Amino acid sequence: MIDYIWIVIALPLAGAVFLHFFGSRMREPVAGVIASSTIGLAFVYALIAAADFFSGSGEAETVHLFDWIPGLGANAELLWDPLAAVMTLTVTGVGALIHLYSIGYMHGDPRYGRFFTSLNFFAASMLILVLADNFGLLFVGWELVGLSSYLLISFWFTKPSAAAAGKKAFVVNRIGDVGFLIGLMLILANFNTLTYGTVLEDPARFVTAGTATAITLMLLLGAAGKSAQIPLYFWLPDAMEGPTPVSALIHAATMVTAGVYMVARTAALFELSAFAAGTVATVGAFTALFAATIALMQRDIKRVLAFSTISQLGYMFLAVGTGAYVAGIFHLFTHAFFKALLFLGSGSVIHALDGEQDLAKMGGLRKIMPVTHLTMAVGWLAIIGIPPLAGFWSKDEILAVAFGEGGWYTFLWVIGIITALLTAVYMTRWMYLTFWGEARWDDGAHPHESPPVMTVPLVALAVGSAGFGLLNTPFHGPFKPAFEHFLEPSFEAIEMAHLPSGGTPWMLAALSIAVAAGGALFAYRKYQGAAAFEIAPAMPRRTAVWRWVSSGYYADDIIGNLIVLPGKLVAAWTAFVLDSEIIDGSVRAIGGGVRRISGGLRPIQTGFVRNYAAVTFAGVIGLLVWFVSRGAG
Amino acid sequence: MEVTAGWYLALGAVLFVIGASGMLLRRNALVMFMSIELMLNAVNLTFVAIGRHVGDLNGQVAVFFVMVVAAAEVVVGLAIMIAVFRRRASASVDDLVSLKG
Repeated sequence: MIDYIWIVIALPLAGAVFLHFFGSRMREPVAGVIASSTIGLAFVYALIAAADFFSGSGEAETVHLFDWIPGLGANAELLWDPLAAVMTLTVTGVGALIHLYSIGYMHGDPRYGRFFTSLNFFAASMLILVLADNFGLLFVGWELVGLSSYLLISFWFTKPSAAAAGKKAFVVNRIGDVGFLIGLMLILANFNTLTYGTVLEDPARFVTAGTATAITLMLLLGAAGKSAQIPLYFWLPDAMEGPTPVSALIHAATMVTAGVYMVARTAALFELSAFAAGTVATVGAFTALFAATIALMQRDIKRVLAFSTISQLGYMFLAVGTGAYVAGIFHLFTHAFFKALLFLGSGSVIHALDGEQDLAKMGGLRKIMPVTHLTMAVGWLAIIGIPPLAGFWSKDEILAVAFGEGGWYTFLWVIGIITALLTAVYMTRWMYLTFWGEARWDDGAHPHESPPVMTVPLVALAVGSAGFGLLNTPFHGPFKPAFEHFLEPSFEAIEMAHLPSGGTPWMLAALSIAVAAGGALFAYRKYQGAAAFEIAPAMPRRTAVWRWVSSGYYADDIIGNLIVLPGKLVAAWTAFVLDSEIIDGSVRAIGGGVRRISGGLRPIQTGFVRNYAAVTFAGVIGLLVWFVSRGAG
Repeated sequence: MEVTAGWYLALGAVLFVIGASGMLLRRNALVMFMSIELMLNAVNLTFVAIGRHVGDLNGQVAVFFVMVVAAAEVVVGLAIMIAVFRRRASASVDDLVSLKG
């Protein structure tokens, strides 16, 4: 079974290749059905392959497919261990539901087949990333998800903003990739191989703490690019230009978690460097807070969720930086469910309102879209951390572990709690403005509940968001920390941070529930009873602070002026001065010189044959005279 | 009076000068061809004469090469001349100045 684990990658890849050639000629639902079934089958296969891990008897296995670059230890080898299994199941499971949902959401799109081609291609790339057994193959998957992300963000490429957003995501990811690549080179230079087995088994034999710090900081830069952390977060909000299922699949549930996965995978390296691990945690905590404040003030239904995703990814970074790898992966897992749910639900709303994304023009959808509303309510309670829904268990484990670490991490815990408060506020605001209160739609809008092909995935994800938190509770009996036991083999050699002992976790949990409930209540009271005409004009409150925060602290402008503008100036100088003046000028000067010289020589060619003959004779005679005189001399 | 190699060389020189003068002075292409033939044969004559004088067969070998090349050149040259004549009704080379620089 595990020997053929490559089938998990091959299925969506085959789907992508097949649909690439035949997808555009199919009648509408066919391409979507094919794409959904390949990924669905991959999920089933992965589930069966992971059976031994569920029963606790499984062992990590390496599957050698073929030699690729044996000299670098980078072969086509797959690693099937609990961590890879969790990632594979998340990607294929959530992915299958989103594929299914897209069948309904993309209805009527002229490039229906192409969409599913890219979606399947993305799934295959992501599976290469999580199943790779060496950094070389990891990097292949890493780049391929970047590419498919680009293709999907700019799927509606006729819209200039979508094309620009795709470009931005790609370029920003490349910046992170440079760091990642340097990290890989450092690994290669110190370990002489890229295979996980050698690098991660006992890295202290090969590298000092200083080298490990250098390597891990470079890897962190790559992870920050892919997972949208400070300083490379700003591509993700723009990535919402893509179709909503793409936002759900790539920019919430799977691709953006690649950085978290990579840090967890290279835990052995991060363990060597307390500084790098602390940097990861600090970056995560600050990103979480930073993004949450921006999310408070967004008008676009999807941008709120985009900043919320950045914020939640920050929690995951905080977890893996603290050493709570299981908690980080667990939050990744639960977040995949509830954030995919929230995105797909907002897609359902956008679909119902014919493409409207402005929160100011929503409201009152509760009765009209009952299924969407109920499932969204589950996602909302899950993300703000109300027990027993999933978000509570994963997020609070992270916060409790950070609190237990003490020192600087206590400060990060404070940031985490503040972020939890903000999360409750902005998600409640989002919920209220979308579904509750008075209707504020444009005239002529006729909202309706989405078809079953869209609501069924919503319900499935809602069940996951509600229930999967119970997979990892700190209790005994039926709700034991099963997830942690499941992942243990992957982190055997790692010294993990654990929950503080005694009653502390209970108090922390009570505190965070209070914070979540308080935040939600505050936001609810703020909007409750406000009439439609009060909400819409109140949104773009024209204060300087409001503008500053809602624009993302002018980060785009600052980056635009500090980095993009000088880059454009250099490009313009190269194009219009260096190239067209200096290089072209020298070429033109050489050409002109030759032309002038040849102009002077032109009269020699009289065109009279006898002239040429005369010159030839004169030359021959001249040569004769010369030879004869020399012979005589 | 004995006819030595010198006589042949002198005759060759005379023939060559006649050919060269014809080449430079006449404008009829056909006559120019004949002049060229004259020069070639003058050279042939010197080759044979010197070859015999020094007792080396290479002189005669060279003559054969010259004859073969001359035959080929005449075939091509006459064909060109006929083509030109058909177009222009003139065999004067001074009319053919389109390659003037």
